[in-house]
Amino acid sequence: MTRVFSAADDAVVLELEDLERAILDDLAQQVIGLLEPDDAPPSDPLAAMVGIGTETEPPDDPALARLLPDGFTDDPAASAEFRRFTEVGLRQRKVADAREVRRGLEGASPLRLDAEQARQWLGFLNDVRLVLGTRLGVTEEPVELAEDDPQLPLFGLYGWLGVLQETLVESLMPRHP
Amino acid sequence: MAGPCHHVRVSVAPVELDEPAASEEVSPEHPWLTIVWNDPVNLMSYVVFVFQEYFGYSRAEAERRMLQVHHEGRSVVSNGSREEMERDVAAMHGYGLWATLQQDR
Repeated sequence: MTRVFSAADDAVVLELEDLERAILDDLAQQVIGLLEPDDAPPSDPLAAMVGIGTETEPPDDPALARLLPDGFTDDPAASAEFRRFTEVGLRQRKVADAREVRRGLEGASPLRLDAEQARQWLGFLNDVRLVLGTRLGVTEEPVELAEDDPQLPLFGLYGWLGVLQETLVESLMPRHP
Repeated sequence: MAGPCHHVRVSVAPVELDEPAASEEVSPEHPWLTIVWNDPVNLMSYVVFVFQEYFGYSRAEAERRMLQVHHEGRSVVSNGSREEMERDVAAMHGYGLWATLQQDR
């Protein structure tokens, strides 16, 4: 059973079972695979350095589009320009969060997370839930599934990730009166 | 937004009566707004956490804005120059919140 608690020195301590660690590591790899661009890095080294991309359109994959949303609701030109300046950095941040989770999972149990690591875990858990939630078509309405519905395990996973994220948020909240 | 997974934790702290509504908080020289939109995945507690951590809101203020997102579908969370709002929207995307900027009209 997952256990999360705040340690005396402000670290967050996270106890995970082996299976849970394996699942999280697998999900982190999937998120990295989803976010790392297939094509080669920009040929302009300065643009690569300052994080200006060439992408101006939202991704076709709805789950990826939810991770990398438009910056404007009704101005495609402004959205394109916003994306050109932010998408590379946004992908890098999310990949870095997932890599930090993988790095943490390689360590001894229980995990000890400082404030920044805990924020990265939260960001990663949120990204995974956005991807899964989009794939599963989650709405605010409760879902009723038959016992033999093939999507049942995925909804179970989605629910468990929500509990883990909620518990982690709560363990960080006392620092924010 | 998704509700809490174990238990409901909604502030009952009174909202100060002289606190202006979000749309009235925009100063005329800062006509750009950052808007956070409701979505079915993000946890209410996580949205409060983000509002407190990034914008430095008190718990009560962060919860008030989170509930506005939840019930009204959106909330204005900051205002300023276009450049500042682009920074705020990019930061919200970094946290996984669905945010856009627009000029106040």
